[in-house]
Amino acid sequence: MSRLLTVSSSPHIRTEMTTARIMLWVIAALVPAGLAGLFFFGFRVVLLVAACIVSCTLTEWIWQKYSGQKTTLSDFSAVLTGLLLAYNVPPTLPLWMAVCGSVFAMVIVKHFYGGIGQNIVNPALAGRAMLLTCWPVAMTTWTLHGVSGPTPLAIIKGTAGTIESLPSLADLFIGNVGGCIGETSALALLAGGGLLIYKEIISWRIPVAYIVTVAVISLLFGRAGGVLAEVMSGGLVLGAFFMATDYVTSPTTPRGQVIFAVGCGVITSLIRAFGGYPEGVSYSILIMNVTVPVIDRWTTPRVFGEVKSHGKG
Amino acid sequence: MSQHIGAPCSPVVKKGDRVLAGQKLGDAEAFVSAPVRSSVSGTVKDVGMKMTASGALEECVTVESDGKFEYEAALLPHSDFMLVEPKECVRIIREAGIVGMGGAAFPTHVKLSPPPDKKIQWIIANGAECEPFLNCDNRLMLEHAEEIVGGLEICKHIFPAAKGVIGVEDNKPEAIARLKEVAAERGGTIEILPHKVKYPQGAEKMLIYTVTEQEVPSGALPADVGCLVINVRTLYQIWTAIAEGIPVVDRVVSVVGDVIADPKNILAPLGASVRSLVEAAGGFTREPARVLSGGPMMGISMRSLDVPIVKGTSGILALSERFAPYWEESNCIRCAKCVSACPIGLLPTSLDRAVRFREYAEFESLGGMNCIECGCCTYVCPARRYLTQSCRDGKAGVMAARKKAQASKMESGKK
Repeated sequence: MSRLLTVSSSPHIRTEMTTARIMLWVIAALVPAGLAGLFFFGFRVVLLVAACIVSCTLTEWIWQKYSGQKTTLSDFSAVLTGLLLAYNVPPTLPLWMAVCGSVFAMVIVKHFYGGIGQNIVNPALAGRAMLLTCWPVAMTTWTLHGVSGPTPLAIIKGTAGTIESLPSLADLFIGNVGGCIGETSALALLAGGGLLIYKEIISWRIPVAYIVTVAVISLLFGRAGGVLAEVMSGGLVLGAFFMATDYVTSPTTPRGQVIFAVGCGVITSLIRAFGGYPEGVSYSILIMNVTVPVIDRWTTPRVFGEVKSHGKG
Repeated sequence: MSQHIGAPCSPVVKKGDRVLAGQKLGDAEAFVSAPVRSSVSGTVKDVGMKMTASGALEECVTVESDGKFEYEAALLPHSDFMLVEPKECVRIIREAGIVGMGGAAFPTHVKLSPPPDKKIQWIIANGAECEPFLNCDNRLMLEHAEEIVGGLEICKHIFPAAKGVIGVEDNKPEAIARLKEVAAERGGTIEILPHKVKYPQGAEKMLIYTVTEQEVPSGALPADVGCLVINVRTLYQIWTAIAEGIPVVDRVVSVVGDVIADPKNILAPLGASVRSLVEAAGGFTREPARVLSGGPMMGISMRSLDVPIVKGTSGILALSERFAPYWEESNCIRCAKCVSACPIGLLPTSLDRAVRFREYAEFESLGGMNCIECGCCTYVCPARRYLTQSCRDGKAGVMAARKKAQASKMESGKK
């Protein structure tokens, strides 16, 4: 006991939750949606998920090694980005395109801005947007059980099929419809999202405010498919629970989170109703991502004891 | 000689003097100060600089005990405190060397002398004991409920218009039951208010909000909203000083932690070494990673066990690597857990960034000066960032900037 005891700044104890654990919980919460994708779209799902995760991880490792940074692979954020990117592409996408999207997401969107916590927009969504711009056909070819067909939102928009060909609500709920790998099964996504809210990893504010906004606006617009179909179609549930809630690219203040989510809902609805694409979740979140610093500044909460001091003057 | 916030005492004894327990060792002229009295009878062995819990060297008087504990009748006991003038009560409280014994050690007589324009409507006894691990106040409430309630009655005697409330966290049902029993026996003028277990409930401003639903304005004192918050051990000392004539010479210290062989609350004479208390609790089972003075959230880590117990030492907490390893920081992931955790509604992550960029004006405009350093933000941070430390740096930075501004103002005034 002669050696000096270690001195440190208080507090001296910490919660068990770490960045890595948070990422692992989110990854775990995404597993049901992946299994649903595997069930409905077949084995290619596994290949695409593996390609995205491996390329994201490898890209991060190489980037950090050759830019002289300490590796942050152990926080699992690269794995999560890969997983989310894979969930946002169609099951028929060629693997090399998925790898391109992963490299773009990791290098340009994440590490050009300083790595974890520093990026302005969601890397997985930006990767998807880049793929959609470069290979629009490959990114919008939807197949289900080997047959290609339109997505529910395209039908609702009236650009493909007839409204009678809209899948049943039950099929929409379990995910038996065409779409991206991880976005179709509302059931699986709600289970995962519920887990994250229960574990207090995400708050209810963003998903609830986002989905309610889309529901209300679709009601006002009188969209053909009805509110439930509107909410369960496209990437809305995936986006609301797993993409818009991305810590880094969403506001830190409680009021800011609601404003952000309502903004996502409004833009999603506008794109769906009037935009060139049938689906607007990715772009709406990307657009709202860039407004986050301003929202944070607007919504700085009142400090305990502050109002009355003004009164006292 | 400095066991309190305010001016340190100057020794009034010299090497070789024989002193009695309860005899004054040091005192100061300043109003914001409190005398230090010997906890044992014996011989003054040394007057000089020694290391204290914070690691700093401070002037200390070392008394070697003769083991007899001969007491000096330092103060007069009063069988009925109602007959003692309130002013005299405050004087006795100062003479007894009473300071806030919850940890902050603010001289109690100063607290009990608010400016005359502040009407004191509430006197809140703080029995929250919200720091994890610590248990000394709970023990005191169980064993000395009469003295605590009595001490609060004395405070009510000083401020007749005030309501007396004891706030206790509801994880101490036995203490609550005991206090209620005693309060009823003694006429029921004191109310016991159990409240939810929630760190940092024991923070003055939080407890005032819980009890009175008033927010203490930022930068203001509890007296500005008509409140005084006094720790239960402090009330105990007020009672023993006035009713029994006994000054502050000892205190209950929780000696706890996962590497303490036999964790317990110890009634320790002030000035006893931390080492002797650790030994009294069975010593360490294995080497601790940290030994703290105080609780895990706000306590200070000590460099040595050979430092004295002082009036504000609520606990000695020895933790192993399991609880207190070295935490390596990683990037903020903006999860906002610190924002939800902050009891006063600050944005710790934004404050942290402002401080790291040396933007103290930004720190101030975000309300950083209101930080109570409770440690909640750092505790919850999954990236293990030292957010509380940043706030401390930020506050120091703002104070330094203010001082500089003031100095340059005076400089230009001279010209």
